[in-house]
Amino acid sequence: MIIDHPLLGPRDASEFIYLGDASLLNRPNWDEEKSEDNFYKYLYLRENVAGMHKELWFHQQGDRSWLVISRNTVTHEIFKVELATELKKNMGKSND
Amino acid sequence: MYYNVLKILKEGLNDNKGWKKTWQNPEIKKKYDVIIIGGGGHGLATAFYLAKEFKIKNIAVLEKNWIGGGNVGRNTTIIRSNYLLNENEAFYEFSLKLWETLENKINYNAMVSQRGVLNVFHSDAQRDSFVRRGNSMIINGADAELFDVDKIKSIYPFLDYDNARFPIKGGLFQKRGGSVRHDAVAWGYAHAADELGVDIIQNCEVTGFKIKSGTCIGVETNKGDILANKIGCAVAGSSSVLMSKANMNLPLESHVLQAFVSESLKPLIPGVITFGAGHFYISQSDKGGLVFGGDIDGYNSYAQRGGMDMLEDVCEGGLALMPTIGKARLLRMWGGIMDMSMDGSPIIDKTHIKGLYLNAGWCYGGFKATPASGWCFAHLLAKDDSHSLSENFQLDRFKNGYMIDEKGQGAQPNLH
Repeated sequence: MIIDHPLLGPRDASEFIYLGDASLLNRPNWDEEKSEDNFYKYLYLRENVAGMHKELWFHQQGDRSWLVISRNTVTHEIFKVELATELKKNMGKSND
Repeated sequence: MYYNVLKILKEGLNDNKGWKKTWQNPEIKKKYDVIIIGGGGHGLATAFYLAKEFKIKNIAVLEKNWIGGGNVGRNTTIIRSNYLLNENEAFYEFSLKLWETLENKINYNAMVSQRGVLNVFHSDAQRDSFVRRGNSMIINGADAELFDVDKIKSIYPFLDYDNARFPIKGGLFQKRGGSVRHDAVAWGYAHAADELGVDIIQNCEVTGFKIKSGTCIGVETNKGDILANKIGCAVAGSSSVLMSKANMNLPLESHVLQAFVSESLKPLIPGVITFGAGHFYISQSDKGGLVFGGDIDGYNSYAQRGGMDMLEDVCEGGLALMPTIGKARLLRMWGGIMDMSMDGSPIIDKTHIKGLYLNAGWCYGGFKATPASGWCFAHLLAKDDSHSLSENFQLDRFKNGYMIDEKGQGAQPNLH
């Protein structure tokens, strides 16, 4: 697979490591009433779709940026590549 | 139809015209006692043991493609019971014992060959961890031997002992491990289940569950609705897709694992060998092809094919272990979809929906587990109670903190 990095252009997927579903960006609040259940779902449960999947990739052998990639898990076609930091800013959360 | 030597001789003289189909193509009934979704190794084994050991009649196996086209025909055919944790080791040892008597039970030649599995190690620390694992195996009734370098050299002279970076220091050997003709496992279980009256229905895809007030009463398929008292799902890499039809999210990710076969060579490798410094395992089939594999590609995939970078990685591991295979040409490669769980261990459990049961999360160790998985899932379906060997493979263990994490990697499925 070739990943079209927003800053560096097309890079081979072997330069990256894969973390998983981009829902991991939505870390639950620890002090909510249902936080135990929320963290269980956040940490262990996945939609694991066959089709369009938003997922986190880390450019380990490059600029060490985190990317959010929209990819079809059936065809491996990549539709969108975004910087996770930008996405997180737009989500209105701190850059942690 | 019962297979035996007399029958083969008779058919040999009869131009092989008297053979009947290995399994029938039955009409679908309106209702079954138990429906198994997934006609792979685990699903067919479940149906067989349900009928044979638990005397359940009126069983159907629904397969969306054809028997033997999924992971049961896409693996590297290795059987072994060399795990560390008690929850796993006792279960896989039970499975290995079932493999040893399988062919008589199903009246089918599955070419079970206990030619030995050797895991080589390359450092003192790795030796210590393999010794610990070997002890765990012995405690659980399995066999394990520690080989020194001379012993390994006498059996496997072609390994690269003096590799500057990964010299071989010894190995953990399981003599009762080996390989099995994987297609014959699917065909044999299908044959035996069919003999006991199980309806094996191919090209029948489940498109939804019929759930009424918290109870699953049947399935919707491309061949119409079918009712059942109990429904067991054993669809490996497609588990999340299937269970999403019952609005369930599972602790699974689906990843592609590739396997490779070389051209046929004269007998070279007398058993299964795994590399300790990278992810590489190899054996030689009875046809002569070297059958080998490595790690999953590492990203969610339902494609049943992988990338060239993993091919390169696997071949690098292979050449570091045995440079002699460098001249062999690669004949075939393919991928299968693995249901990678959050702790690397499987799930055999009820769901929160009454009448709906789940068998999943086999990561890339599902083939060797086939008989025990079928047996334990059949036990659960028949008695509504977990078999003692699979009682730890619970769906809610992630919530309760009872993970069975063989590699200690945490909730990162692509590292298990």
